[in-house]
Amino acid sequence: MVDRLLMRGNEAIGEAAIHAGCRYYFGYPITPQSELIAYMAKRLLKIEGATFVQSESELAAINMVYGAAAAGGRVMTSSSSPGISLKQEGISYITCAELPCVIVNIMRGGPGLGSIQPAQGDYFQATKGGGHGDYHLIVLAPSTVQELADLTIKAFDLSDKYRNPAMILGDGLLGQMMEPVEFKEYDINSIPSKESWALGSSHGREARTIVPFNLDAGEMEKINNRLKQKYIDMQKEAECEVVNMDNPDIIVVAYGIVARIVKTAIQKAKKDGINIGLLRPITLYPFPSAVIRENVHKAKKILVTEMSMGQMVEDVELAACGKAEISFYGRTGGVVISPVEILEEVKKLLK
Amino acid sequence: MMKKVFEKPKSLTDVPFTYCPGCHHGIIHRLVAEALDDLGIAKDTIGVAPVGCAVLAYLFFDCDIIVAAHGRAPATATGLKRVKPDNIVFTYQGDGDLASIGTAEIVHAANRSEKITVIFVNNAVYGMTGGQMAPTTLEGQITQTSPYGRDPKTMGMPIRVCELLSTLNSPGYIARVALTKPAYIVKAKKAIKKAFQFQIDGKGFSLVEVLSTCPTNWGLSPKESNEWLEQKMIPYYPLGEFKEVF
Repeated sequence: MVDRLLMRGNEAIGEAAIHAGCRYYFGYPITPQSELIAYMAKRLLKIEGATFVQSESELAAINMVYGAAAAGGRVMTSSSSPGISLKQEGISYITCAELPCVIVNIMRGGPGLGSIQPAQGDYFQATKGGGHGDYHLIVLAPSTVQELADLTIKAFDLSDKYRNPAMILGDGLLGQMMEPVEFKEYDINSIPSKESWALGSSHGREARTIVPFNLDAGEMEKINNRLKQKYIDMQKEAECEVVNMDNPDIIVVAYGIVARIVKTAIQKAKKDGINIGLLRPITLYPFPSAVIRENVHKAKKILVTEMSMGQMVEDVELAACGKAEISFYGRTGGVVISPVEILEEVKKLLK
Repeated sequence: MMKKVFEKPKSLTDVPFTYCPGCHHGIIHRLVAEALDDLGIAKDTIGVAPVGCAVLAYLFFDCDIIVAAHGRAPATATGLKRVKPDNIVFTYQGDGDLASIGTAEIVHAANRSEKITVIFVNNAVYGMTGGQMAPTTLEGQITQTSPYGRDPKTMGMPIRVCELLSTLNSPGYIARVALTKPAYIVKAKKAIKKAFQFQIDGKGFSLVEVLSTCPTNWGLSPKESNEWLEQKMIPYYPLGEFKEVF
């Protein structure tokens, strides 16, 4: 049965996680994602055998996730920008130990304590590693409440598939907005068994260790090589939405809530006789470089727009390989870009 | 016929310990392994090793083990235990790990009365990094980072973990033991076994603080280290059971 519900974005993430069999949640309150921790408390505390812990800190939360993932649990934590910074050491450990988990970042304005309004300033942190050492997260960027739900489920599956943490990179606007959302059927029996590597009882087998270090440099390099191979294999998961790419005057590249705002700008532009194409990366890591490269030649001008000072623009430039003139427009600090602003910027570039 | 009266605990692997001569880690490992053997729980036990000298504990204990981030072992243990409530979960932590960088984690794991057992090794110094001041370093004690002696005016007084955690209004078993005499070792073994039994019985959080030596960083011989522990540490860190509430 498919239920159609009116839900707040943050709550849709929670329901999607539970729908996907997540029974372990560890988190610490922070605006603008607190509805998610509250939702997990309300739901998981009523499910037999499930665990909800409001941890003493973000550090504790991510290390509880580390333990729960090591024991084979389908586990999630969530936070917003400053809290995600605190989790970085733990995320690095979990990645080195090759454990699956889902981390939700409902971004707010930064740096520092920043603001509590929506932003996209954590793109570098999310896609380039974030903590110490050579590693990547799988990073998914929803742009609707429905996609928050769908990509949360996908994040669990990808995380299990690659035994690598996956991040949902949303923002305060997406987390707070209410929209109808459907939860499609999900077969919990399809979740891969973790019996071959998870910690637990060792009757009839050798004792196992999960060790995120090696004092031998050569052996540690082998771990790095194994991770690197995983990131190469992962590239095939790259996804990008391509909108209105039939003879565009200009192509806008945007992700998450900003891409949605661009869609409104596309409609407005049509009235002025301007055709705006949109490339919307759905996976930020792996970055859909191939789709970007195949499309950038279709217009003379490319505009990357983000709620940051221009972080994804570097990945777009790399993907375009100098084949297009790339401009950037962004707002920061929690200021949400308006469709009018985007249209004005487009007109300026087309002059 | 020959009768075997003493052997290596089954819960220890054949890997030789890497600890310095005179250090108590070896004895503590053995006592933990004996407790796992006696209680018949080794095959259902998950250990959490710390950052510090005992980071290599995963080589020595013959049970499932994860190495945690510095100070976060009680959080990692919480995650493990919540997913596998039928398993026995223990952390093995030093004083820098537990009483400095991991203070929040130990206080809150104890306060939630997580059903885990903590083996807390207090040797009043950071061992692995070469002998810096620990939160448990005694007043006036000279270390690399208290070269003129720990001055309480600017460095605080040594933290008594058992006493601190015993103030929490939640179930728990908390004891402090030492290993400098055979009689102490017998008591230590009893306390460690009791702590694991507390968890087996589902009563809640248990912690045994073991006063330990660090001859290398104290700059003393193993014998002098034992004397120093008895003369300096035990008066400040009294032995005994501090809490048994369930």
